Amino acid sequence: MMRSEPRALQLNEHGQLKHFLTLDGLDKTILTEILDRAESFLSMGEQSVKKVPLLRGKTVVNLFFENSTRTRTTFELAGKRLSADVINLNIETSATSKGESLLDTLKNLEAMQSDMFIVRHSDSGAAHFIAEHCTPNVAIINAGDGRHAHPTQAMLDMLTIRRHKGGFDGLKIAIVGDILHSRVARSQLQALTTLGVSDVRLVGPKTLVPSFFAEMGATICHDLEAGLKDVDVIVMLRLQKERMKGALLPSESEFYRLYGLTEETLAWAKPDAIVMHPGPINRGVEISSEVADGKHSVILDQVTNGIAVRMAVMSMAMSGQLQSDDSPAAKDEK
Amino acid sequence: MKLDLEHSLASMKAQLAAYCEKKQIEDAIVVGIHTGGVWVAERLMSAVPTTEPLATLDITFYRDDFTKAGLNPKVNQTSLPAIEDRHVILVDDVLMSGRTIRAAMNEIFDFGRPASITLAILYDLGQHELPISADIVGEHLSLNPDQRVKLSGPKTLSVSVIDTH
Repeated sequence: MMRSEPRALQLNEHGQLKHFLTLDGLDKTILTEILDRAESFLSMGEQSVKKVPLLRGKTVVNLFFENSTRTRTTFELAGKRLSADVINLNIETSATSKGESLLDTLKNLEAMQSDMFIVRHSDSGAAHFIAEHCTPNVAIINAGDGRHAHPTQAMLDMLTIRRHKGGFDGLKIAIVGDILHSRVARSQLQALTTLGVSDVRLVGPKTLVPSFFAEMGATICHDLEAGLKDVDVIVMLRLQKERMKGALLPSESEFYRLYGLTEETLAWAKPDAIVMHPGPINRGVEISSEVADGKHSVILDQVTNGIAVRMAVMSMAMSGQLQSDDSPAAKDEK
Repeated sequence: MKLDLEHSLASMKAQLAAYCEKKQIEDAIVVGIHTGGVWVAERLMSAVPTTEPLATLDITFYRDDFTKAGLNPKVNQTSLPAIEDRHVILVDDVLMSGRTIRAAMNEIFDFGRPASITLAILYDLGQHELPISADIVGEHLSLNPDQRVKLSGPKTLSVSVIDTH
């Protein structure tokens, strides 16, 4: 299968977002626009009617080939707060060949005249594949694909960092745990690099932090103390047991002893460090309850920010589709 | 065309004070619509009997031309206090089609049910497309269809009539 350039696929002729598949090829201006727009949606929480009419009459389909309650719920809420009609489809990945069944599903959904698909799939590149094959004017948002990317999660983490630290200049950030299976880590690293953070450390055992990540501009640390020394932000990742094939770890308790975030190990970071986790958290596997519920934790802020970021991305992509030169509105004008 | 901005602002202030007295409006919330409306509202504050600070409204998310014009690249802060049962004085620099005011009223009602909304406009261009008219007007203008009024600020306000052709 030929892959078109992500940048060309994601942006319309005017350089506006029309799909949101990956952070590849998106520059600092676009990432900052997403964050700024998300901030403006955050203040909507003060309204008694927490809704704006931006996507009124638009149909958004949550297309989840892989289960994820939190991501699906926040996308659903984001769509509803934009006044879109939201449908949830949970499609368990079937044994049939991906290309065939995926395209059939797509054709059916297109026949229902949907305007946006939120796609979650266990195969890397699924959202990209759908964006290449769906009809024009349908916006595709990647809600996590295999080990590849989870760009809205990365952007909600960026918003959380910016709101707590005021910006990105000079920050030291540690991402700890199962980097190998984490699409979040990949997307985060891209976002941090684009936004100008130069000190990103990936911390974990050799089996879960492969050395090729160094090529992406990160420092690899197999020792937790060295990794957490004087950092401003700690991102703990969930140990993805369901994705692990083969013996990558001796045991969970061994992992917790070496890489778990507890009050003692947190003390190596800066006194005002924030602790993030994309959830769901495994208490006593990668993080202790005291830290997860403690004053450094911003884990619940991440959830709130997630809705605002998803509203931002959804409204921008819909806007980019409508402004695209091949949209029906643009054709009418000509 | 020469416009006397200070004279129009002074006229608005006099009308506002008389209006509030007649309608017995006290402690009103003055709401400026970004960006020109906020600048005008700042100048009017002294004429309004209120202890509330100036509130601001960005109507980007409520516009009716999203499908045509897309998202406004810059969204300003909407900052409204609790407006349930309060008198609102809504201020903008120019009233033309009335669509901005419709969007602003929709947004205000998403924050609560005000006791009343009074519309104060610096320049009424009289090309209304909706049944919306201002209670207080600085100056009525009749321009050619291609002409627009442009307010510049915020430190010192100035106004000019520009041709869109």
